[in-house]
Amino acid sequence: MMTSDSFLELRNISKRFHGIQALKAVDFGLLPGEVHCIVGENGSGKSTLIKIISGVYTAEPGGEIVIDGVPQPSITPAGSMKLGIQVIYQDHSLFPNLSVAENIAIRHHIGPGHSLVNWKGLRNKAQKTMSKIGVSFDPDRLVENLSIADRQIVAICRAIATDAKLVIMDEPTASLTRQEVDALFAVVRDLQERKISTLFVSHRLSEVMEIAERVTVLRDGMKVGTYEAKEMDDQKLAYLMTGQEVCYPSLTDDSIDGKVVLQVENLSKKGNYRDISFVLHAGEILGITGLLGSGRTELALSLFGMNPADSGQIIVEGAPVKLKSNQDAISKGIGYLPDDRLTLGLVMDQPVSSNIILTILEELLDTWKLINEEKRRTFIARGIADLSIKVSDPEVPVNTLSGGNQQRVVLAKWLATKPKVLLLDSPTVGVDIAAKVEIYDIISRHASQGIGIILISDEVPEVFYSCHRILLMRKGRIVAEYLPRETSEKELSQKINAG
Amino acid sequence: MQGKTGKFLKSTEFYLLMVIVGLSAILAVATENFFTLENLFDVLVSYSFLGIMAVGLLVVLISGGIDISFTATATVAQYVMATFIIRHGGGWGVAFLIPIAIGITLGSLNAVLVYNLRVHSIIITIATLNVFYGGLIFVTKGKWIYNFPDWFANGFSLFDFSEADGTLYSLSLPIIVLLAVLAITALLLNRTSVGRQIYAMGGNMDAARRMGFNLFRIHLFVYSYMGMLAGTASVVQAQLVQTVAPNAIVGRELDVVAAVVLGGASLAGGAGTLLGTVLGVTLIAVMQNGLTLMGVSSYWHKVVIGLVILVSVSITAYNRKLEERRHAQIDV
Repeated sequence: MMTSDSFLELRNISKRFHGIQALKAVDFGLLPGEVHCIVGENGSGKSTLIKIISGVYTAEPGGEIVIDGVPQPSITPAGSMKLGIQVIYQDHSLFPNLSVAENIAIRHHIGPGHSLVNWKGLRNKAQKTMSKIGVSFDPDRLVENLSIADRQIVAICRAIATDAKLVIMDEPTASLTRQEVDALFAVVRDLQERKISTLFVSHRLSEVMEIAERVTVLRDGMKVGTYEAKEMDDQKLAYLMTGQEVCYPSLTDDSIDGKVVLQVENLSKKGNYRDISFVLHAGEILGITGLLGSGRTELALSLFGMNPADSGQIIVEGAPVKLKSNQDAISKGIGYLPDDRLTLGLVMDQPVSSNIILTILEELLDTWKLINEEKRRTFIARGIADLSIKVSDPEVPVNTLSGGNQQRVVLAKWLATKPKVLLLDSPTVGVDIAAKVEIYDIISRHASQGIGIILISDEVPEVFYSCHRILLMRKGRIVAEYLPRETSEKELSQKINAG
Repeated sequence: MQGKTGKFLKSTEFYLLMVIVGLSAILAVATENFFTLENLFDVLVSYSFLGIMAVGLLVVLISGGIDISFTATATVAQYVMATFIIRHGGGWGVAFLIPIAIGITLGSLNAVLVYNLRVHSIIITIATLNVFYGGLIFVTKGKWIYNFPDWFANGFSLFDFSEADGTLYSLSLPIIVLLAVLAITALLLNRTSVGRQIYAMGGNMDAARRMGFNLFRIHLFVYSYMGMLAGTASVVQAQLVQTVAPNAIVGRELDVVAAVVLGGASLAGGAGTLLGTVLGVTLIAVMQNGLTLMGVSSYWHKVVIGLVILVSVSITAYNRKLEERRHAQIDV
């Protein structure tokens, strides 16, 4: 598949860290102007490969890197930039306190080799770069006042302000709305016309597959293969990434009894969502889906008291409740697993044990109002066993665990409060496919014990396979209700992305 | 997008300016002497020393760090300079060069420690404040210095002019030095590559590293610049009060921090303007001066200054909250 006119060719690339083989004899080729996607689970070697291309890591002897036809025995980060390779990290690496123009043209006017700033030249350079890909921002606007999507476009402008030949984007669509993704893809097509290659590294297969021409799959540090994107679909890719058929646990309705645990009536919040009404039964898993910005997360936050609604009613087990803070919500038996476990769900530096008991400290107190060590230990042991958290010692910090295990710790923390209603916002973000399936299993197991669960997600298979009922939100309203057995995954996906 | 004027009307600088104007109007009516040329010159001269140090601190805050040790740096610089010119003579060149050299040296030491130890600069500079100051007291036993040579005691001035009643005004040493420091720093922050790198580093340190900026050199520059201005300010202060007392400057560092933060600089780094800092110092100066003129006990000064800082910082925070709320509603 490799041709002599490749922009980039990697041959036999291996990398080892402390005895762990991160990459093993990987070959990789990229054509000028090509849109290529690298997919793989966590730990498959995606980021190691990117870092070798961008010169952050050095490959082991025996590997070959050829860029623009010239063999490169060793690349440094600066050297890689000189060769036209630009990486846009997930955090964009922009300067929020500087203007759009300054961010875009920063390499031309600021930094080594420049003493005075030529503001006029800087603005011109920024304008020219923006017009190259058909975008126009106010050059004097501060980057901190831009949306995440616009920041990403500014980051792309900065990348191509130097003569970029390859732009690498790490998880570019992770926090964009559908429209913003479309705008990003339009920019990528522009790059393509200018013979600039784009390399995506992504978890979100369905979106990236829309634009990628070829896709390379990595698994356990080895290349599984490079495929034409046209011939791939989610299912096939998932199989290639994991080496196993993904099998969602089958869901039964047995657990649902007629008891309503949560009823929401005409709930509205200006600028967030409008006229939301639904019921949730004990033992039921209710999916709420919709695009980013459809109001799903705002609604969840309202049900957890952190974003109080303007009007409407929330009724828990038949009694109307006022939720003004998350303490209110917790005391009414509502738990919430946030979409961003790193900043909201876990105390990352603290041990697993402390994280699990965080929500129920009161219950562990003895008569002296001190924590009873005996109770603490049994409680933690039960949590770890119940959710099969893989951890050698409950005292290791949470940030040493894998994504899937971290998510289980958050789940354990909330299940400890014995909630009546559990809100799960994107519970499997950044979790491997195999670990996802286990999390779905835990969710359905607890639902069957009588908890009402609301699962918020924009991943279609997630809501399709693991919910009893699905509500679709669009522009702040619930626009439709589906039963998974009466629709198909494909149909649901079209409905979500329509409008 | 509103124009530049619109932006200014919403800025911290504008609020500060309004507060200063309002306060001055009240003082002009309430006291006889506030709004006289003589008093305004007095205020300018006596606060120029604080202003020079505030400018240095602004640069450190923009870079994302903080320096608490500059008052000790200034004291050491001042003491060595005074001892030298009394024993060996010299001129203005020496009087400025010695403290500046000492300031740069001690500042570089801060930079090396902050950069290499990766400990927050507030801890490092609290430590060095104690080391510099304690060391000086130990060596000098806290003795005051008075007998400056005449040329130093007399100072110098430019553009002398007198009013009809015969009072003499001039651009004296403190004012000249302050203006020079402001001009140089304005150029540094807005027009030089290193100045923009300081903003960039304060805004996003990781991104600055990835961009290939030499972060050590930026640290070195920032803390040395602070040291240099502390040294410069120390000469102005010594000339003004005609004595060097080892305990005269140490203790003022929090006033300076307050003035700079009042002026809109962020303790998180990346934000702050020279105009804001000038206004922050001005507000504190006008307040203290006004309270003195009104015969308020100096203990109350501290209370009033504390309250003004609280109120002013609250207003800024409240405005930011309103602004965020406005942004959050565009989505749906």
